[in-house]
Amino acid sequence: MRNIFNYIDRPSPVHRLTGATKFICLLLWSFAAMSTYDTRLLVLLTVLSFVLFYISKIRLRDVSFLLSFMAVFMILNNILIFLFSPQHGVTLYGTCHELFSLGGRYVVTKEQLFYHLNLVLKYFATIPIVLLFVCTTNPSEFAASLNRVGVRYTIAYSVALALRYIPDIQKSYHEISQAQQARGIEMSKKQNLVKRLKSASTILIPLILSSMDRIDVISNAMELRGFGKGKKRTWYMARPFKAADIAAMAVCALLLGASITLNVINGGRFWNPFV
Amino acid sequence: MNEPIVEFKNFGFQYNAQAEPTLYDINLKIHKGEKVLIAGPSGCGKSTLAHCINGLIPFSFRGESTGTVTIMGRETKDLSLFEISKTVGTVLQDSDSQFIGLTVAEDIAFALENDCVGEPEMHDRVQKAAQIVNIESHLLHAPSELSGGQKQRVSLAGVMVDDVDVLLFDEPLANLDPATGKSAIELIDEIHKETGAAVIIIEHRLEDVLHRDVDRIVLMKQGRIISDTSPDVLLSSDLLLENGIREPLYLTAIKYAGVKVTEEMLPHSIRSLKLSDDDRGSVVSWFRSTPPRVREENRPYLLRAKNITFSYSSGHRALTDVSVDVRKGELIAIVGTNGAGKSTFSKVVCGFEHEQEGEIEFTGCDWKNMSLKERADHVGYVMQNPNQMLSKPMIYDEVALGLRTRGLSEDEIRPRVEKTLKTCGLWPFRNWPVSALSFGQKKRVTIASILVLEPEMIILDEPTAGQDYRHYTEIMEFLRDLNSEGVTVVMITHDMHLMLEYAERSVVFTDGAVIADDTSAGILTDPDIIKRANLKETSLYDLAVMCGIEEPREFVQRFIDYEREVFRS
Amino acid sequence: MKRSPVRTIVAIGIGAALFFVLGRFVAIPSPVPNTNICLQYGLLGFMAVLFGPIAGLLIGLIGHFLIDLSWGGGIWWSWVIASGIFGLLMGCISRKIALADGVFGKKGIATFNITQIIAHLICWVGVAPALDIAMYAEPANKVFVQGLVGGIANIITTAIVGTLLCLAYAAAKPKKGSLKEEN
Repeated sequence: MRNIFNYIDRPSPVHRLTGATKFICLLLWSFAAMSTYDTRLLVLLTVLSFVLFYISKIRLRDVSFLLSFMAVFMILNNILIFLFSPQHGVTLYGTCHELFSLGGRYVVTKEQLFYHLNLVLKYFATIPIVLLFVCTTNPSEFAASLNRVGVRYTIAYSVALALRYIPDIQKSYHEISQAQQARGIEMSKKQNLVKRLKSASTILIPLILSSMDRIDVISNAMELRGFGKGKKRTWYMARPFKAADIAAMAVCALLLGASITLNVINGGRFWNPFV
Repeated sequence: MNEPIVEFKNFGFQYNAQAEPTLYDINLKIHKGEKVLIAGPSGCGKSTLAHCINGLIPFSFRGESTGTVTIMGRETKDLSLFEISKTVGTVLQDSDSQFIGLTVAEDIAFALENDCVGEPEMHDRVQKAAQIVNIESHLLHAPSELSGGQKQRVSLAGVMVDDVDVLLFDEPLANLDPATGKSAIELIDEIHKETGAAVIIIEHRLEDVLHRDVDRIVLMKQGRIISDTSPDVLLSSDLLLENGIREPLYLTAIKYAGVKVTEEMLPHSIRSLKLSDDDRGSVVSWFRSTPPRVREENRPYLLRAKNITFSYSSGHRALTDVSVDVRKGELIAIVGTNGAGKSTFSKVVCGFEHEQEGEIEFTGCDWKNMSLKERADHVGYVMQNPNQMLSKPMIYDEVALGLRTRGLSEDEIRPRVEKTLKTCGLWPFRNWPVSALSFGQKKRVTIASILVLEPEMIILDEPTAGQDYRHYTEIMEFLRDLNSEGVTVVMITHDMHLMLEYAERSVVFTDGAVIADDTSAGILTDPDIIKRANLKETSLYDLAVMCGIEEPREFVQRFIDYEREVFRS
Repeated sequence: MKRSPVRTIVAIGIGAALFFVLGRFVAIPSPVPNTNICLQYGLLGFMAVLFGPIAGLLIGLIGHFLIDLSWGGGIWWSWVIASGIFGLLMGCISRKIALADGVFGKKGIATFNITQIIAHLICWVGVAPALDIAMYAEPANKVFVQGLVGGIANIITTAIVGTLLCLAYAAAKPKKGSLKEEN
């Protein structure tokens, strides 16, 4: 099962970019979206991300489960922020335009709503890009990409190993958990927390200790085939950069540049329409 | 004679953590192009010997050595692990741990990547290696999409990309079904002939390895080489039996018939075996004089699974209209290849998964609404690897776990645990930590932790996987004792010896359906079933045919019955 | 026995895979609705003590990053970093506790737990909320309360799961002793 990360193999311009390009773009893009609260740029990023999503031929139903999960997360986070800090927008923007009151300190202001709008835009500007990365990057290319962006190959390879052994470990977990449940181990809500954690440990201990044994076997197998001998290594799945890769990285770099420039022009991370 | 490619001179080795040396006074030469089998019981030092050849000793495992090991004339301790790996390619027993890449192609390329080989050349060499082992149509597959045999082929390709001069196989048959094991041996033989590399096979399943010729067999015992000779010489001696290695079944059979095995009979394979008319006559008269055993009358049903159909949530259909009956007190085997549905079937019986159609009846009660935990009071499930079941440091606590979770008081628990420990032969170790036990003893602890719940039936997944003949016999005799005390035993296995020698009856699964349900001797003499279920004909069948016995199936059955009597007395 | 660097790399890979599986698929419902108990921090504490600070840091970073990635939503960098730092801090006591040799007594339990409490507080009441404010401009009281609740839950899981894991690992290491069969 290589599909824990939902890789969907379809021919599209986004798929054709190398993994390294997509990884760099993901980083540039998410930092651009993270650093700014300038609504104009966030709208631009959102529109662009939707366009890219369309080009990549990923269909909504491919990712509907993940999207609904993120939607719940986003709504909860917004509600939490409002509950904890209903006047956060007022503090950030320095003005106060009251709209209506929900009682007590919960007075809804234009500033607060505008802040929430920006938060939601940030989600819309990044989620499609992360999904895109996940759905169009072959996991096999991932380690090679990390190495290419300057991560030491040994560490990049530990990421590859994690991806390789996740399905195996997931399967063992499932089998161990079934066998232990037959012996009466329960993790249901009926028990108190401490008991539940102890029950969980009777499944985790065999899982983790047997994984520790594997570490030795795997590292022997790797050394027997020459892993770790040189300062460098090549990658079977690596592909050379093409013009489209350079262009994609340039565009993303520009977006990050724009984000930083706007922060300087706005004198902070917030674009303030209230003054 | 050319120069030896691997040479041990008065070599000894002691691991740092151990009180006694593991290898003593080893003198061994392996020449270019030779094919050598290294055999011996568990703990005889054969794996340690392999580590000395591939360089894990001295570079990964620390210890004290005496004497020398040279590869291509240079001492291993003056080389590096990487240099040795250019000469010696190792295929490990655990192909899941050796499969490091995310896909077949990446795994084959692993050694090349580490060598900084450029892309076009790398793709070319991977393609070539994949072709040799016949896996080139699966280059983009993930390990989870491959069978055990295919994974092993990938491991082999992964060491062959480097044009090594020595191929070292550590227990290549341990995780394979019989038919796949047979083709693995054939593949190793082809590669040996094509590449001219020296091949060293470490294995205790002699008969299966000898499916293709080997030049020499090195027999080890307690850290020493006790015999280094041709297969024919070794097989005509009594050394194997004395050292806990199983000899080929056809040889056991002709010995029962009173025939003396000699080197001239070419006993290394059933195909080469030459029997005189007298010898054949002895086998036939042994067969005629061995009485058929009286079968017991049918006992009442314990478990009746009727028309079970099951699909996983992914949509993969795992069982189609499966019906299996188990009678009280039986000891049966469920056999079939990986993915044939035998494990899924046992999961449905235990309630880990729920059938979509069909019903399960246990001692006449419908099990539809019985929970996993309730079923566990009647049917116990023992996993293949005991390390995946053991969660308590102390044996007593491990065995008591199932009772504690059922809320019994310590006063009620103690006598039940103690009784179970006695039944399982663990009483002397009752205050030991689990970690101090051997693999076979750990297996007993897991069986004890299930038996303490007093189930009427236990299901064991591959009870003897990876065990040598002695441990195998120990585990199986224990199960047979349990069985004679009334516990019904169901074993999931692809070990043919196990089904033949211990299971009265075998149920054969293929592609999620039951294709045969018969005596084990009947199944292993039915060419059609053998082929469909990836089994292998037993050499006893060939022997019967060779001696002109017209009922080979009956011959096999009487051999098993006879052996059982011999073993009991 | 000298530890080969490759072994640490493999430990990081397997550790991150375990972290991922526990964090993504093993859900223990907690008393607070919509939150699950994060068992993976018990694992991370154990592995960091066994394999050292670098391994701890990377297991936390990679494992948490992969979990966020697999949900397909934004990568919550502040929490990813905090997980890494927890692994790093726990790894710093790997020299004090000779877990690899199978030693984990009362003193080990105390060291392990005092360190994990401090480390969790630093990460979830210090690092994570601070980064949340700096990176995402979220309200301070919200992120601190979130961090505090998460931190306390993680302290409890690490205390139970982590300690039990260390004990089980130490017990499974064969030690020279005088075991005698009894009749």
